[in-house]
Amino acid sequence: MAEAVDYKQIGSRPVRPDGLDKVTGRAQFGADTVLPNMIHGKVLRSPHAHAKILSVDVSGALALPGVFAAISGADFPGGGIEGEVGGEGGGTLDDVAKNVMARDKVLYHGHAVAAVAAATPMAAEAALAAIKVEYEPLAPVLDVLQAMQPDATLVDENNYTKLPEKPEHPSNVANQGRLERGSIEEGFAAADVVVEREFKCPMAHQGYIEPQACVASIDEQGRGTLWCSTQGHFEFRAATSKMLGKDLSDLKVVPKEIGGGFGGKTVVYLEPLAVLLSEKSGRPVKMALNREEVFRATGPASASVARIKVGAKRDGTITAAHAWIAYEAGAFAGAPYMPGAMAIFAPYQLENFLVETFDVLVNKPKVAAYRAPGAPQSMHAFECALDEIAQLLQTDPIDLRLHNAAEEGTQAPYGPKFPPIGFKACLEAAKSHPNYLAPVPEGAGRGVAAGFWFNVGLQSSAEVHINENGTVMVIEGSPDIGGSRASMCLMAAETLGIEYEQVRAQVADTDSTGFCNVTGGSRTTFATGMAVTRACEDVIAECKKRAAMTWGLDEDQVEWEDGQAVPGPGVNADVKALSLADLARKAAKTGGPILGRASLNAQGAGASFSVNFGDLRVDQETGKVDVLSYTAVQDAGKAIHPAYVEGQMQGGAAQGLGWALNEEYIYNEEGVLENPGFLDYRIPVCSDLPMIDTEIVEVANPSHPYGVRGVGETPIVAPLAVATNAVSRAIDKRVTELPLSPPNLLEVIDGD
Amino acid sequence: MAQVTLPEDWTALTGGIRVLEINAENYRDLRSSLTQRWPDLGTVLERCAVAIDGQIYQDAFMEELAADSEVFFMPRIEGG
Repeated sequence: MAEAVDYKQIGSRPVRPDGLDKVTGRAQFGADTVLPNMIHGKVLRSPHAHAKILSVDVSGALALPGVFAAISGADFPGGGIEGEVGGEGGGTLDDVAKNVMARDKVLYHGHAVAAVAAATPMAAEAALAAIKVEYEPLAPVLDVLQAMQPDATLVDENNYTKLPEKPEHPSNVANQGRLERGSIEEGFAAADVVVEREFKCPMAHQGYIEPQACVASIDEQGRGTLWCSTQGHFEFRAATSKMLGKDLSDLKVVPKEIGGGFGGKTVVYLEPLAVLLSEKSGRPVKMALNREEVFRATGPASASVARIKVGAKRDGTITAAHAWIAYEAGAFAGAPYMPGAMAIFAPYQLENFLVETFDVLVNKPKVAAYRAPGAPQSMHAFECALDEIAQLLQTDPIDLRLHNAAEEGTQAPYGPKFPPIGFKACLEAAKSHPNYLAPVPEGAGRGVAAGFWFNVGLQSSAEVHINENGTVMVIEGSPDIGGSRASMCLMAAETLGIEYEQVRAQVADTDSTGFCNVTGGSRTTFATGMAVTRACEDVIAECKKRAAMTWGLDEDQVEWEDGQAVPGPGVNADVKALSLADLARKAAKTGGPILGRASLNAQGAGASFSVNFGDLRVDQETGKVDVLSYTAVQDAGKAIHPAYVEGQMQGGAAQGLGWALNEEYIYNEEGVLENPGFLDYRIPVCSDLPMIDTEIVEVANPSHPYGVRGVGETPIVAPLAVATNAVSRAIDKRVTELPLSPPNLLEVIDGD
Repeated sequence: MAQVTLPEDWTALTGGIRVLEINAENYRDLRSSLTQRWPDLGTVLERCAVAIDGQIYQDAFMEELAADSEVFFMPRIEGG
């Protein structure tokens, strides 16, 4: 384990700069933009889960008073659009364009077929009713296993499984993946115990509280500004401009404060429509989804079916593991079939394994990324099987994992050997945690599971401006979702050697700073933090140069200590140290304003592991589950702002428990979602959960100046299996199907 | 010579070869060596990540290779 470093700013817990505005209602979110002469856009959605579009006639809408524009698929540029959308579940831009507005077919109930802009929201609703659409309904395919059958209804008649050799026939399988090592046959032959199960995870929504919303204002030359709720305004600019055949530089995208995303706001839905409606109407156009539209038409996480077989020796050594996992992609390819395959066995040393995964089209909304895409579903299956192995071997589930745990030098299932990682440290921290040492409450079961995510770097830019009084302005392009402004200020303060209060951070629009990839993949504190740190180092180099000029020394005779320039060791100079404020005040006479900048493609993101455990009790009469206690342990590398790391761990645990206990999309036979609202789609509320206890493990990532790994994805992975394992132990029957809702559990409890 | 491991599904493009040794000082030269031998790999190399001695690069370019470097190609990961 890396040695602990004694930082002055990093590791402290200041209040986030945007906190007061957000709790007082002053913060401006996606729907808060209001412009003069602004009108309102609405979307007409398909009443069918699968149908050919024979015609769309918007003339009736345009004839109504107060209606300024109406569009359908025919108004979008034809031809294929090159490029891909970032993030798992993104897929090709061509598919996303067809998801934004259907062309020749509607592929799920709620698929957009037309849109209008009118003087008021009510006028826009009336205009939608005046649009005539002729459909030829087709049978929908709604289940992933049925969709994989050779005679299944085809969602896309032109979809052929992407294989080295094009298959003879189209199918609903868009992609398939395979990872293999050793011989599972030999591994299972050497096993003393074998567990084989089939697990099901339902579709689950990210559950962000703020629905998608935007305002577009486009001038008569086709240029303008888009204000929106987004995890990545640069990528929204690229997607919107490409879909509409615009030049990238004709569109400025301003990121508003964002009320949650969790991966769901890495792709566009309304933005191209608002821009096109604004261009056609000559007015600014506001569009906002309602909650029902969010459920019917924005990307959930994939439903999955996972078949798992695991063998182990009596001493706990896993001898073989075989996983077969089918992920629903929704109407377009893009399920996270490879990340799921790469993650499932990542925490362990396995000599023999085989993972086969599939990306399968069904007539449901196109999936989008959701925290650690693909990993919760795949790791749920394996972590549950491991729990059963532990029961069969009568061993502690943490000890079983410790016996097989990956460590530095272990060859990951997806290829490379791990650099320093913290999985064993997490297991040891969990095992010695007071909550684990406490007895399991009567009638409850204790579940244990591990989590993992790769984490990524990608591109980030940052500028650091020194104000005239020596205070500091950090300009970055990463929308702040989880408190990243505070983290950037802490890293800037630490690097510059000044106090946190002297630093402010601003998230800038696409015209005002350099390119940044999305806030996602647990990358912002790692990658944008690296850019901020380098920009501060740029400032320090400039300050040392100014100080050297002031003192008549060479630059290499000046050092930077505790926020000020000082003569280096052995330099004989009778001078007073120059602080950042001193240098800023004299900047006009030493060369002008002081600033630093950095743009980079951050490499070397460090994998993050977690271990979670919880005590859950089941009411045997009603099937209701109570979470009595829950503890999340995770390796953060280095927690820049521990309170926000803990917040990520707690939020991920809450979302994972919601997915495990209650959340599911309920479709009828026609493919119509029957629970498109938070009343019937039950995410956890405060009264459903206990305080989530957290313990941060810090095994520094050697590739980051402060050891950061990234923490946002991993926390959602383990809770699904923690809940399943706890409930299975509580009722003394293995449960394999999520959610662990009262009706589902009663079926298991009352079953044979 | 760097030890290079290709994903299993690339073997259709490499005539079944999955593990090979390449003499290259940096990633750019290694990539060039691969595409010279198998031109069809050019497209898939654009869309993958690579791990060099355990360090994962989503977009490698001039990363140095040691004589005994281990290089694994893998799908790009982003996340949510």
